[in-house]
Amino acid sequence: MRRHLGKIVRQFAALLATAAIGGFLAAALVRNGPGFEADERDLDARLNDGSRAAIRAEHEERRDVVRGYLHQMRAMLHGDFGTSYSLQRPIGELIAARLPVTAQLMAIGVGGGWMLAFALALAAVLWPAVSRTVGALSTIALCLPSAALAIFMFVAGGPVRAIIALVLFPRLFDTLHNLFQAAYERPHVLTARAKGVTGPGILFHHILPICAPELLALAGISVVMAFGVAIPVETLCDLPGLGQLAWKAATARDLPLLVVMTLMITLLTQFCNTAANWLTREEQAC
Amino acid sequence: MLEAPLPGGRGSVEPVRVSAASILLAEPRPQGSGMTKLAEIILVVLLTASLAIGLVPGASYSHQNRDITAAAPSLKFPLGTDDLGRDRLTRLLYATRISMLLAATAAAATIALAFLIGGLAGYYGGLCDRLIASILDLMLSLPWLFLLLAVRALLPLNASPVTSLIATYAMMAAVGWAAPARIVRAGVRNFRHSEFVLQARAQGCPETRVLLRHILPNLRPVLVAQFWTAIPVFILAEANLGFLGLSASDPFPTWGTLLKELQSPLLLRPEAFAPAVAIAVSLLCFKLITPWGGSQV
Repeated sequence: MRRHLGKIVRQFAALLATAAIGGFLAAALVRNGPGFEADERDLDARLNDGSRAAIRAEHEERRDVVRGYLHQMRAMLHGDFGTSYSLQRPIGELIAARLPVTAQLMAIGVGGGWMLAFALALAAVLWPAVSRTVGALSTIALCLPSAALAIFMFVAGGPVRAIIALVLFPRLFDTLHNLFQAAYERPHVLTARAKGVTGPGILFHHILPICAPELLALAGISVVMAFGVAIPVETLCDLPGLGQLAWKAATARDLPLLVVMTLMITLLTQFCNTAANWLTREEQAC
Repeated sequence: MLEAPLPGGRGSVEPVRVSAASILLAEPRPQGSGMTKLAEIILVVLLTASLAIGLVPGASYSHQNRDITAAAPSLKFPLGTDDLGRDRLTRLLYATRISMLLAATAAAATIALAFLIGGLAGYYGGLCDRLIASILDLMLSLPWLFLLLAVRALLPLNASPVTSLIATYAMMAAVGWAAPARIVRAGVRNFRHSEFVLQARAQGCPETRVLLRHILPNLRPVLVAQFWTAIPVFILAEANLGFLGLSASDPFPTWGTLLKELQSPLLLRPEAFAPAVAIAVSLLCFKLITPWGGSQV
């Protein structure tokens, strides 16, 4: 029990450290980028010299990246995520308002993508006749840019919330198909089939237990992939979610918002990977 | 020319001569299937047409016909014109040239970077390996598109079109090395204690020479697979970045910047989807000719 607890603490510390380093790298990168000092408000003819000086002073405040980052981290530990420069609103409030949109979009996307890929991969393994058709469908879907797919769906009046599922499906299908194919060719599965075990029996008692570690790892990766797709989908379809916020933060060079977004995304990814690793290890230990 | 002994016969090590270019280009391609041949032909035709458009007099990607803006397809302009009166077909062909060649260049750069970093980690092991492995984990834990967005948005607002074009692909190369580096690292670790490497080191061969002349040629299949997989990945990444307005700036056409037209409701006609079709067809061809399936796309 104590060993397990120690492992959990170590994993958690590694997770936080990676996220903190990721956040710092993002801050340093943005701060030292050649375009960081550029501000489109400088081009606003209505601003007088005083306002321009205030904007420049704002930039001066952000000059020391180490001090700024440590200050932001300290504030975050007290629940204060800072204020977005570009949107002039508390970052915590922005995230809280946009999280449900992205969560819903990703839940539909990941769930739909998995259901589609799982069903079609299984069908392709069980009925070789459909394998070629499904394979071709998956290959074509794989070759479409997610942004073009989003616009096409938007213009056609289709369900824009299903785009992530369509983008994820081919990426999951290939791996699932290969996994199931290899599992169905195992000698004990062939023996079970020869002895008359039916389809669901084979699937639930023989195939899924064999593939469980890989399926869990793939589940972790698919969440991260879904967030990657959510960025163009939310931006193009004007869905007010975290993906759109990430795009706005990047294009406006909004340092505090970018740091928080990077920390959040790194934490999400690391959490998914760590959870998948743990579950995989537990599964293998069983 | 590179000289590399291949693992095999105990003691006697036969040097194999491998040219640097052949490492990326001379890997045997899949043989036979009609679809593969068709894919190769389509890619060659696309690339030839995109290169030949420069020889056609008057075909310019930036020439504006101010009296024929947003025109429908006609004999003179088979794909019509955009809102500035520029010939869509000419721009599509130039975009094909830029997107394909720069994606291939970025892929070559990313593989070189992956070999350098993954090779160092795999060859030296220990602290160096652990440090690089941590950096790889960090790089791989961020969504690609978010990383590219953040890095690409750092460019100054007044960056010239050439700068923005080169910066976009350079950033893709700089960000995309993590996944191939992990594979290279595993490959180099396998070779580190092999007989031919031990023999080379025992003969006083410098470490750099061992890495470049003995291990690199043996990693050829891995590097080639990663190179062919990286091209479609970069094409798709550029398309998504272009769509979000973060690729090359006007007047340079890339597949991504051409797709941006789709965001304008006035220009949303079937022919505006031509760049999407070009991307889909070329990626399909890449997938068909890549023996490893290119599943990382």
